[in-house]
Amino acid sequence: MHGHDHAHHPALQHHFSTMSQQREAGVLGMWVFLLTEVLFFGGLFITYTLYRMWYYDAFALASKSIEIVPGLINTVVLIGSSLTMALSVRAAQTNQRKATVNWLIATIILGSVFLGIKVYEYALKFEHHHVPGASFDFYHHSESIGEPLKEPAGGLTMGRDQVQRTTQIFFSLYFVMTGLHALHMIVGIVILFIIAWMAHKGRFDSEYHAPVEMTGLYWHFVDIVWIFLFPLLYLIERH
Amino acid sequence: MSSVHVSPLSTYLSIFAALMVLSAITVGAAFVNLGAFNPIVAMAIAGLKATLVILYFMHVKYSSRLTKLTVVLSLFFVAILFAETLMDYATRGWLNYTPMGQ
Repeated sequence: MHGHDHAHHPALQHHFSTMSQQREAGVLGMWVFLLTEVLFFGGLFITYTLYRMWYYDAFALASKSIEIVPGLINTVVLIGSSLTMALSVRAAQTNQRKATVNWLIATIILGSVFLGIKVYEYALKFEHHHVPGASFDFYHHSESIGEPLKEPAGGLTMGRDQVQRTTQIFFSLYFVMTGLHALHMIVGIVILFIIAWMAHKGRFDSEYHAPVEMTGLYWHFVDIVWIFLFPLLYLIERH
Repeated sequence: MSSVHVSPLSTYLSIFAALMVLSAITVGAAFVNLGAFNPIVAMAIAGLKATLVILYFMHVKYSSRLTKLTVVLSLFFVAILFAETLMDYATRGWLNYTPMGQ
């Protein structure tokens, strides 16, 4: 093979000496990509931090208007999808082709459930006029159900106009951060379909399964972003 | 030759269980008035959850030192982003601004 006297794994690229060297280079490269992703989301997290410092009361008010239960269910669903993803990588490492495919499909299903619940939550925001823009009205929902806003213990230090403007900043960040996160999941699900097809075709074994492993690293990263988003967006001043 | 670490099934299941327990604690802690410590507790738990995912689900515990360094580097870069930005914004009200030459 390739003019050598010893057999290579068919997936070994000519510029690597061994499969483990190739794998190591791949893992490192993936982590360098994730480093750029960490900074990509990092920019949003620092923006969130600054506005939360400036308009804390508005952030607490707006956060308390969000239903916790769908967010908590999504936390369980997404961490569950990380488990099935990890089990798929493990199945690939141990040459279990069928299990690799099945765990990948489980991950796709859980990821889709997450996005479905996210659609429900977004629809609720439209219904409540909590989407930034011309029809934004933070008071609309609480007034239509006759329930006063859950103000902070010391009372609000802002007038109605200021509440309207500053809660809109919270919801802008809510949509950008969860939206970018959801976009990453949509991309992830597309990749999962491709990887599941490749696994089904028998392209991976215990020596070569880098695509499954790299997809796993990406998927877990998306899970970690949500682990931070959930308390930051849903759980401000609930006491 | 290529020695890929294969974690036992029990590792994944116990990490998942730990992540579920920590998620429940995060929600529970949000309903207790801890004053300024509410966001600190929330971020500490999120950080612990992220650490578990990185070490065990992402196998960084069994990765090379170069990979470990890259992971730490990403956190270091974010720390720079936060430290430098907050050094500006969080200190703006410390002194009254006096225009030069007055």
